[in-house]
Amino acid sequence: MTRGPKQLAAFEAADGYQSVKAIARGLSPADVMQLVKDSGLKGRGGAAFPTGLKWSFVPQGENSPAQKYFVANADEMEPGTFKDRLLMEGDPHLLIEGMIIGSFAIQASKAYIFLRGEYKVSERALKKAISEAYTKGYLGKNILGSGFDLDIIVHTSAGRYICGEETALLNALEGKRANPRAKPPFPQVSGLWGKPTIVNNVETICNLPGILTYGVDWYRGLTKGNDHGTKLYGVSGKVKTPGCWELPLGTPIRELLEDYAGGMRDGLQLKAFLPGGGSTDFMLPEHLDLPLDYDEIAKVGSRLATGTMIILDNETCPVGMIGNLMKFFAHESCGFCTPCRDGLPWVDGIFNEFENGRGNEKDLQILHEHVEYLGPGRTFCALAPGATAPLGSGLKHFADDFQQHIKDKRCPYRH
Amino acid sequence: MSNADVIASSETLARKLSADEIAEIEHEMTLYPDKQAVGLEALKIVQKHQGWVSDESLLAIARYLDIPVADLEGVATFFNLIYRQPVGKNVMLFCDSVSCWIMGCEGIKDDIKNKLAIDYGQTSEDGEFTLIPVPCLGDCDRAPVMMVGEELHRNLTPEKIDEIIQEVRNKK
Amino acid sequence: MAKIVVDGVEFEVNPDNNLLQECLSQGLDLPYFCWHPCMGSVGACRQCAVKQYKDADDKVGMLVMSCMTPAADGSIISIEDEQAKDMRERVIESLMISHPHDCPVCEEGGECHLQDMTLMSGHNYRRYDKKKVTHRNQYLGPFINHEMNRCITCYRCVRFYGDYAGGTDLAAQASHHHTYFGRHEDGVLESEFSGNLVEVCPTGVFTDQAFSQHYSRKWDLQTAPSVCTGCSVGCNTIPGERYRQLRRITNRYNSDINGYFICDRGRFGYDYVNSDARLTEPSQQFDAEVVPIAEQELQSVLEEFHSGEGGTIGIGSPRASNESNFALRCLVGDENFYSGLSDRSQEATQLVLKLARDKVFHSPSVREIEKADAVVILGEDVTNVAPRIALALRQSVRNKAKELAAGCHIPQWQDAAVRELAQHDRSPLAILSSYATRLDDVASDCVVDVPAALVDTGFAIAASLSDLSGAPATTEHNAVAERIAAQLSAAKRPLIIAGTTAGQTGLIKAAANIARALSARSEAAIDLCLLVPEVNTLGVSMLANNDNKLSEALSKLASGAARRAIVLENDLYRRADSETVTAALSGLEKLLVIDQLPTATTSQADIVLPSTAFSEHEATYVNYEGRGQLSFQVHRNHNRALPAWRWLNDSEPGDVEAMINRCAEEAQGFDKLDDLLPDIKQFVAGMKVPRQSHRYSGRTAMRSQVNVHEPKQPVDSQSVMSFSMEGIPSASNATVLGSVWAPGWNSNQAISKFQNEINGELKQGHTGSLLIERTESVSSFYTPEAAAQESAKGVLQVAPAYQIFGSDELSARSHAIQQRMTDAYVGISPEDADSLGLKQGDSVSLDGNGTLATLCIRSRIRTGTAAVYCGDNQINPHSLGATLTLSKSETISDDRGISGLIVSDLYEEGY
Repeated sequence: MTRGPKQLAAFEAADGYQSVKAIARGLSPADVMQLVKDSGLKGRGGAAFPTGLKWSFVPQGENSPAQKYFVANADEMEPGTFKDRLLMEGDPHLLIEGMIIGSFAIQASKAYIFLRGEYKVSERALKKAISEAYTKGYLGKNILGSGFDLDIIVHTSAGRYICGEETALLNALEGKRANPRAKPPFPQVSGLWGKPTIVNNVETICNLPGILTYGVDWYRGLTKGNDHGTKLYGVSGKVKTPGCWELPLGTPIRELLEDYAGGMRDGLQLKAFLPGGGSTDFMLPEHLDLPLDYDEIAKVGSRLATGTMIILDNETCPVGMIGNLMKFFAHESCGFCTPCRDGLPWVDGIFNEFENGRGNEKDLQILHEHVEYLGPGRTFCALAPGATAPLGSGLKHFADDFQQHIKDKRCPYRH
Repeated sequence: MSNADVIASSETLARKLSADEIAEIEHEMTLYPDKQAVGLEALKIVQKHQGWVSDESLLAIARYLDIPVADLEGVATFFNLIYRQPVGKNVMLFCDSVSCWIMGCEGIKDDIKNKLAIDYGQTSEDGEFTLIPVPCLGDCDRAPVMMVGEELHRNLTPEKIDEIIQEVRNKK
Repeated sequence: MAKIVVDGVEFEVNPDNNLLQECLSQGLDLPYFCWHPCMGSVGACRQCAVKQYKDADDKVGMLVMSCMTPAADGSIISIEDEQAKDMRERVIESLMISHPHDCPVCEEGGECHLQDMTLMSGHNYRRYDKKKVTHRNQYLGPFINHEMNRCITCYRCVRFYGDYAGGTDLAAQASHHHTYFGRHEDGVLESEFSGNLVEVCPTGVFTDQAFSQHYSRKWDLQTAPSVCTGCSVGCNTIPGERYRQLRRITNRYNSDINGYFICDRGRFGYDYVNSDARLTEPSQQFDAEVVPIAEQELQSVLEEFHSGEGGTIGIGSPRASNESNFALRCLVGDENFYSGLSDRSQEATQLVLKLARDKVFHSPSVREIEKADAVVILGEDVTNVAPRIALALRQSVRNKAKELAAGCHIPQWQDAAVRELAQHDRSPLAILSSYATRLDDVASDCVVDVPAALVDTGFAIAASLSDLSGAPATTEHNAVAERIAAQLSAAKRPLIIAGTTAGQTGLIKAAANIARALSARSEAAIDLCLLVPEVNTLGVSMLANNDNKLSEALSKLASGAARRAIVLENDLYRRADSETVTAALSGLEKLLVIDQLPTATTSQADIVLPSTAFSEHEATYVNYEGRGQLSFQVHRNHNRALPAWRWLNDSEPGDVEAMINRCAEEAQGFDKLDDLLPDIKQFVAGMKVPRQSHRYSGRTAMRSQVNVHEPKQPVDSQSVMSFSMEGIPSASNATVLGSVWAPGWNSNQAISKFQNEINGELKQGHTGSLLIERTESVSSFYTPEAAAQESAKGVLQVAPAYQIFGSDELSARSHAIQQRMTDAYVGISPEDADSLGLKQGDSVSLDGNGTLATLCIRSRIRTGTAAVYCGDNQINPHSLGATLTLSKSETISDDRGISGLIVSDLYEEGY
């Protein structure tokens, strides 16, 4: 694919920056916040927290700090996730327009895009688009005569998965080691440089222009399910046509997998899949008819999260796949809290043993214990609990595969 | 307590930053309200110019911004993309995350290993390539992938690896 | 107060604190690592997990980290819950996976918080059978060993070193399970408080290097509660002895003074006690020959002095105890007793004492200094003169952060969150100094000027606070002065710091005027902290007659008006210029000098009597606040040294407590001194408190090379403590708390078991008694003095400078400290260096008289100023005038030069 980013003229022709003009015509920050609340938009970065509600915690009024910040979380690094890149490479102005809306709603005069350092194409596209937006008066002082000022700065990360955690991201942006921060206080109260800050995922932000331009009813009408709007869904793994598509929330998994991704490659069968990146629980073929929406996926014990599915086929070793994820999480642990820092490498080490034919029952027991030990509430942030999602569900669904590794003293999938 | 003391008593001597490096660091100063944030930017700037961040460069940045060199080292060694050791002219950021793994990246890695006689963290004898594993590059529908320099290479096969290596060597 | 329920038991707690702290305050056992009583919570180690229930009906509950959870009213938690216990065991198991288990060869063994917590958490079987992570260690200088393999990554070291103490050269490096705590490269740790890492680290990553070189287990050390003699702060310490050697010093918690931390001078400056140079027996000197003096002859000499005939001049000492100074005063009579301070220092100290009696001021304790929300320092280099106070000032500037946090409902114990919120917002700290100080990095204003100009600025601050305080003629710092005045008057608890070491009484007067003006505005006593340099400067000054000036004593001796003198633990060559001292001491009929180590003064003596060191006797001292404190004897001197007062006491060798009582009765201002003495009747069964732990080992074997029969343990007839394991350690009287231990708590963290609440006073706390009463009401302001004048070209105005390692006479004789000492230096500006044609590190001659020093070009010093650091008396400060000239010397002043010197503004060319 070599299609370049959508140009400003084309973007404007497709109703781009209409929301900024609406702001200039007198839409108030409270109006914007209310619209976003009413739209039912939930965060698309993985946690699915209602966006309008998140914004409403930013202190406003005379006694609030004058400086506030808006940050776009463009540190896409969840294994198997490839959606924000497409937005930024393909439609950078959409993100900028969304950031203007978000910044205006919370009255932030400075916004940062925290971009993965490896996303060079996105970086170029965004920088060009930002410069164009300045030229057209969408950014800078007194945007379109609205009296609202905004600067957007592209920050390229020096690379760590943990930067996707919003408080770790703030530390990285401040040039510190990207350890997460304690919550409370939430970034809305004390965020970037101690000032009220909103961090939203790129995809979340890209939903904003549509909500403002076409209205809440339009937006709510896009869905097929309980949650509102559309979602970028991706499929990777051994399917016929892996890719990423924007579809209504609530699209059935089977439709995504079979109609869009073309189904499994010839000769392969679906064994299981992670519905939304590396930190989600395995789902099984029996779940194929569920709609892809936050609540429905949660009901079967997994999470929609980033909406990018990773497909496990019947000829790929599930133990190896989980081991790959554990290596990733162990390496990307920031090293701040004990369970994550010291627990994950142990888990990783055990998977190495299984891989090399030295798996045993004692170690398997230790893996089971770590599912609980690294779980939510026990660690400082959500990184290790994220790792326990594929680990815990994998131990459950692929118990036979683990046993086979122990029995055969080798990986049964290797020929 | 001043950071200058620490640098003054350092065994390693700071090098002088180049005019270009300083100009770029100064530009970053206008974007961030705090110089610690500029520290991380400066590491990236220096790496862009020098290829990596040497001890001498680290001290130079700390001195220029008057920030603690220990803190700066803490940041430099925290992030994956700051190189505190020399690297080859072309860094191969090889994605070894889950989708690429499913799509057979291990075989591709072995291929690179054989062709360039390097493992992760090593630089080829001709100084052209350094192989570094990187978490998911976000191009999972075209796995396996790797970045060489600023360019992303997708759907890797042994043949593509040959082409990539050849292309770089031809440029020499 | 709030009510919480822990495992079914209700407790009244402080809701402003977190659950961990409150559980510990209640005496409950709950393991932790990253939380520190003085540094708050960050939630890193996850060791203190408990189960919290929503309400009485909630039977499931959820795990929370007690350190990160407020002790809110109505909280219901369980420490004993199986899930919580399992979590804590898992955490320990994780922490131990790469720990080397080298306890038998680890200095921390036996007082290791990690050992204690491992046991408490119930982890006792290693399941981890993979490869451990290993690290390379760094050279961190002569004080601290580094053994990173033991690290459990609790982040306490960097939080103390950087966040709390302001050090910049230790930080977390790398990440995940390779996280490393160290410098950017090998090198000396620069912070003056680095030694606290030994106590802050919960295991053996940072250990005491000097101690390692003559190591003993904690339980094998003979210890007693002591007071640091390194400066006038009077930090409480625990020295430990074994095999007749003083082996280490650790912090002794005192809620008013040092809390949990002491400085490196205090921790590493004890080794002179073990020095081969110590004076061991009474001797007499003929010409250059030193011969032991026979007992009989000694008695007759002492009797001669005691007879009182012929008028003996007695020169006391600010480094000697109250008892010794008092005994000397009794022997020679009030009229012949001199404090031993230099004239200038005495004048300044008398002024300090005068202000100490004035009702409108309050002498703040270190803890109170931490509470100040606006501070001005007039001329004192606090870090080098009273280091522990500098550490307190670093906390005071954080009051702004705490105020901001309160405004955002962020609890004070949320350490990282409070810091993040406040960023660089600090409470005002203004520093008036002749050169850059080590607190400048947290200062709101630094006025750097020649000493006289600082006096002017001080008076200008006072003048803008009160019309009654006269304004100085002019000062170029008027704008700053007004800003400082505004900050002080806006503060809830302003603090003014001055002292005698800057060498300008005008600064003390200006400080008094500022405080008086603030007091008139607020109608409250204002914190006025006046620093003096030595452990008992105030004590000896309280004993000495104001009018008795050292110069007069010396001239009486030189003129022959007095023919005999006793010099008590004082090297007069540090108190007056060398010619005058030599003239006074030579040709005396009899000069008796008592001291611990030979000095230039002992070499002039006819009779030299050895005295015991601070750890070898029980004594009282008066600190900068006027607080009298009792320091116990730790171990015996095995030579013939005696406490100086014992040589001087004319009556039969009474015990020290009798001496203290006598001093309290007879010496004016010391009437509360006997309050310091513990009453043995209050002790369990009237038994003494043992100096040796109940695990003390090897008592029979330790002298087996001499005699296989174990000798009887020495009896301490002097004090309430015993030189043995026998007796009962007092958990109830803090004065005799010579080691902290509680069942299951072998490390210094056991202190929580002795506090009435975390960070509170010790149970039945006895933190010394303030001797000086504020009885006087003076309403007058001092008239401004010392208008600054331009000095002639090439003539530099002298500003005295000090170094934590070197400026204190006794600690400067300790091996570890000596490794950090530099040559004497003269600090001047780059412009002055340029015009004099001098380069960094050149040897320079002072006033062309052959006195040598190393040149130290400093970037933040006013042109026309010479900051003179005298080294270990390599330069006699009393031989210097108010100005000096410099010239390059071809003779090398000292091989050490100034390499390793820690100042904040060392000038480097090209940058």
